[in-house]
Amino acid sequence: MGDHPFCPQEGEVKLQEYRSKEILARYGVPVPDGETATNPHEAREAAGRIGGPVVVKAQVLVGGRGKAGGVKLAATPDEAAARAEEIIGLQIKGVTVRTVLVAPAARIAREYYLGLILDRGGQTGTIIASAEGGVEIEETAKTDPEAILRLPLHPLIGLQEHQVRRVAFFLGLPAELRKDFGATLRGLYAAFMESDADLAEINPLVMTDEGRLEALDAKIVLDDSALFRHPELESLRDLREEEPSEIAAREAGINFIKLDGSIGCMVNGAGLAMTTMDLVKLAGGEPANFLDIGGGAKADRVAAAFRIILDDPNVQAILINIFGGITRGDEVAHGIVEARASLGRQVPMVVRIVGTNATEAAEILRAANLITAESLDDAARKAVAAAGSQA
Amino acid sequence: MSILVGAQTRLLVQGITGREGEFHSRAMLEYGTQIVAGVTPGKGGQAAVDGRVPVFDTVADAVAQTGADAACIFVPAAFAPDAMLEAADAGIPLVICITEGIPALDMLRVHHVLRAQGVRLIGPNCPGVTTVGGAKVGIIPGDIHRAGPVGLVSRSGTLTYEVVQAMTDAGVGQTTCVGIGGDPIVGTTFIDVLQMLNADPKTEAIVLIGEIGGDEEERAADYCAREVRKPVAAFIAGRTAPPGRRMGHAGAIISGGAGTAESKRQALQAAGVRVADSPSQIPALLRDAGVR
Repeated sequence: MGDHPFCPQEGEVKLQEYRSKEILARYGVPVPDGETATNPHEAREAAGRIGGPVVVKAQVLVGGRGKAGGVKLAATPDEAAARAEEIIGLQIKGVTVRTVLVAPAARIAREYYLGLILDRGGQTGTIIASAEGGVEIEETAKTDPEAILRLPLHPLIGLQEHQVRRVAFFLGLPAELRKDFGATLRGLYAAFMESDADLAEINPLVMTDEGRLEALDAKIVLDDSALFRHPELESLRDLREEEPSEIAAREAGINFIKLDGSIGCMVNGAGLAMTTMDLVKLAGGEPANFLDIGGGAKADRVAAAFRIILDDPNVQAILINIFGGITRGDEVAHGIVEARASLGRQVPMVVRIVGTNATEAAEILRAANLITAESLDDAARKAVAAAGSQA
Repeated sequence: MSILVGAQTRLLVQGITGREGEFHSRAMLEYGTQIVAGVTPGKGGQAAVDGRVPVFDTVADAVAQTGADAACIFVPAAFAPDAMLEAADAGIPLVICITEGIPALDMLRVHHVLRAQGVRLIGPNCPGVTTVGGAKVGIIPGDIHRAGPVGLVSRSGTLTYEVVQAMTDAGVGQTTCVGIGGDPIVGTTFIDVLQMLNADPKTEAIVLIGEIGGDEEERAADYCAREVRKPVAAFIAGRTAPPGRRMGHAGAIISGGAGTAESKRQALQAAGVRVADSPSQIPALLRDAGVR
């Protein structure tokens, strides 16, 4: 259910820097001209068109690019090609770099942070701004909270001019930049609202040596519940950085996160799925995944869930926990038995079904040689024991 | 007493002729909930759920003719914001929205408009509210309950059923169980429900079921320490969840250190709340606190 911080399928669709910048540019945010490249040749051509020194930046959705060597300066097109050669193919936190952004190198006088986020605690959109922009912004938030301005937006009438002024004065912008800053913040706000974003941030927003504002880096995270009305944004999703198993799960309507343990979990409901994982751990095991099969536990989805779980060679046992509630337990049991019969690889399965006709369900499961359990704690213990006997 | 809904509630169901709406309306009627009207635009004049519930084209018509005083919403996500506003405009003081997948920015507007109108919104993306022996509004299975002295509030769906079942199996009954929903923007928070349960004379103890993400549980802990004089037991799901794939720097700045299961458990324990490691421990924690 709902917005899980660790369920990217539910609630967040992160866009790459260059995609985020394309969107912001459409709303009047000053973004340096840049081009993407997928090989050194393209990087050289791009640098030649841009002219002058450039920066070559890995396009990955994970943080810490700079420290991992994914952002490098180049004085000439040949150097840009050499830097692109180094960066493309680089592994950054397990993600292979396939695309780089080649952009003019800015001469930076000041770095600011400017972001808009949906704040669930405050129940509104909130502007976050700081004159201490850059990669250390989170550290600043901890050590010097006064350096960060949090300004809630009015939920019904949105960004107001006095708020724009307040942020500009808080950042201590030179008077001649305030007008441009207003356009930037209004553009960021419009992009946030019209894209149905959960987050739109510019970090850093820089003042260059020549006294211009530029959005040097940007990140937009979309609300996937709203993608139905933004078909043009859906195509900007970068699937290459997602686990193939997680993409397959999403296509089957299953909420799935791969983990490193040996006990596959199949549960209906996100909260109960997390609880099942917690109890596996409490019983001395390690969950292999988070999997929320959704409502109803229909036979085709159960079959898809089995395939996704067993695709992971680490899985030694599967724990199925379905709180049927109104759903008939015997139907779910039949679905599980049928789906299991078509599987290539067999591992021990512990099944716990609660709901209408749970007794009949247990009989069906036992007849099919599945391990049943009365309680969730019992199911977790049996799954851990079954996985142990396989290893 | 109990809270929010009861035998006196005159319920209207928006989207009653849809598959989900009809299925769950039937279950609500079986539980004993008084469903006085259904609304599906274009199907006014028909009767839904085996001819037991009159259907109206608009909520305003339904309210005028039946005196409905609560609405339960099953309409698809793209139309649910409008359905909530329609219920509020028709003067319904309590709106319970089951629909999941509503865009957050739509909810932002609806939430604040309904609040300005003095309407109590539960959800969206919630299982609903059941007052045991009074009324079931939403999709919480009716037969997992047992009447008793414990009020429950939860951000989750099936996990709520799990905890309620564990309580019922152990002979610990409930007054009202409220699912507030797991979306970023919800109409009613833990604190709102804690306040109601704390003031409800029938409720002697409270169960809070939370999960990782956001800082609602931390705020609730703070409220328990300051205001709640009844015993509270809690369970937080997600201790083994991998560290979040966070939302940029702003997410970290907004949340501070809050959001992890450990942060929530510690905040609740510091507030005197009894925190369970498993849903099955909840009944024993309530017994320890003196619940009969």
